[in-house]
Amino acid sequence: MTPADAARRPAAKALRDVPRRRGPSSATWLGVAMFSPAVIYILALVGLPLVLAFLYSVSDVTVGSEGWRFVGLDNFRSVMRSPAFRRSLLDSFVFTISTQVIVLVCATALSLALKERFRGRAAVRFLILLPWVAPISLGAIGWKWLLDSIYSVVSWVLARLHLVNAFDPPMWLGEPTLAMGSVIAVHSWRMIPFATVIMLAGLTSIPKEIPEAAAVDGAGFWRTHFEITLPMMRPIINVAVLFGVVFTFTDMTVVYILTRGGPYDTTQVLPSLAFFTGVLGSDLAEGAAISVFLVPILVAVAFLMLRVAHRAEVT
Amino acid sequence: MIRTQTTLATRVGRWTIVAGFAVLLAFPFYWMAITSFKQTSDLYDVEHNPFIFNAAPTLDHLRFLFEETLFLRWFWNTTLAGAAVVVITLLLAVPAAYALARLTGTAGQQLGIGIFLTYLIPPTLLFIPMSRVVADLGLQDTLWAIIVTYPTFTVPFSIWLLMGFFKAIPKDLEEAALVDGLTRFGAFVRLVIPISVSGILTVVIFSFTLVTQEFVYALTFISSAEHQTVSVGVPIYLVRGDVYYWGSLMAACLLASLPIAIVYNVFLDRFIAGFTVGAVK
Repeated sequence: MTPADAARRPAAKALRDVPRRRGPSSATWLGVAMFSPAVIYILALVGLPLVLAFLYSVSDVTVGSEGWRFVGLDNFRSVMRSPAFRRSLLDSFVFTISTQVIVLVCATALSLALKERFRGRAAVRFLILLPWVAPISLGAIGWKWLLDSIYSVVSWVLARLHLVNAFDPPMWLGEPTLAMGSVIAVHSWRMIPFATVIMLAGLTSIPKEIPEAAAVDGAGFWRTHFEITLPMMRPIINVAVLFGVVFTFTDMTVVYILTRGGPYDTTQVLPSLAFFTGVLGSDLAEGAAISVFLVPILVAVAFLMLRVAHRAEVT
Repeated sequence: MIRTQTTLATRVGRWTIVAGFAVLLAFPFYWMAITSFKQTSDLYDVEHNPFIFNAAPTLDHLRFLFEETLFLRWFWNTTLAGAAVVVITLLLAVPAAYALARLTGTAGQQLGIGIFLTYLIPPTLLFIPMSRVVADLGLQDTLWAIIVTYPTFTVPFSIWLLMGFFKAIPKDLEEAALVDGLTRFGAFVRLVIPISVSGILTVVIFSFTLVTQEFVYALTFISSAEHQTVSVGVPIYLVRGDVYYWGSLMAACLLASLPIAIVYNVFLDRFIAGFTVGAVK
């Protein structure tokens, strides 16, 4: 029993002395009545579609079809045979891992730099947060213009620095490696602010005295950060990475807007391939089978998330 | 002596990082702004310095956006859907969060975590079966498709956020109210809700901004331009075939992004607190 519980006891005792008309479980019943609408809604519109996603993936359902027939693992076999799927599976991992590495490095540097108060911090914070707080499809269309094949300002600057040929500028979104790089860069651009703010929240929870004491004891800037501050930020960095993985592995907006998976499916990720197959291609079953490949990652993240939360409660 | 040098180096380093990232992260929005007011001939001339106005600024792109496109319609659709989703979210999440925080003990805690985990189930996993559900309900290509499905991600996170708020209210307050003769539900309505206004406001902003940002469901469930929201309408329907009206397109992106960004920014710390509950105490 914590001190807080002990402090609450007199009130609880007073409550017990009040004569009750209803049974002792009336609070529980009220609780059930209050949360069941939300639970029913979630079961109907998250649980049911989730079950349907699995059912569709082992069926032959299409947009036009009425009923559905069980076909076992046929869809999985067929998607595994498709080169576009194998490419998109690989791309999903390349996309997620590179984005998270970039985001982690940049967000750590940025959060350490933003930690102290300084003049203009609020304005700087707003500018830095813009990519996260503005709708991503609109930010991505801005990037599509920045990376235009002829009028790209990025190419213009690089050409003025004599890094690229002004008469044959790079096709940022038209050449497989560059297109993948662009998609990764734009998604990182989107995720850095979010990870930074989460890490800032973690940084402010570290008592100031600890790094200061280390500095007084003669630890330099780098040692203080790498041996004191960063290890103390571990739990919060875990949270940032776990959310980052979910938001990246399951996102198709950047890919859809910038490249539509092209050129020749070389930037396709699992969600966008599921969209093109299941919605535009009308093959609901195969689209569902593709999106089911997201599940193992989500389960892993959920498991790790629970462990992070649990460990934080124990300490 | 060494200390001051370190401090100077640290300060320079900090400013380089902060300024560098601020430019990098905010640049696309500056780009939208300058593109919105540039004459078309100025935009499409590779010889021109793209960072400045080589010809006089123009309002043509804005005029085109407001008079010749469905931009205002999309704005209105988004507002309408946002308001409806906010109402549904509050009706479902506020009582549920209170029940889980106060009335159901440890089972409530477990259930709360379970509900939070549903927030991690992404639209890209559910949109294919959901498109069937939406069609079976007869809602495809209407704003209702969005109003019914968006609470699937606003409700779980809002419950999680509000649970934290409700738990922070001292129990003694409600118990005193019960002693004074209020029922549990009465104490919830007349005591807990008024105290939690700021938490509820956070949920309102959060739900509304998520509606403005969502892309996949709107793209899948709504097929005609006039029923679309801003975040899909602008990037998909402002492009005519292969022709990009970059001036109007960028104006639309900026006009839709900035108000959302400003409001979201004000409440962001609360969302982050919601995200990190459990990890940092």
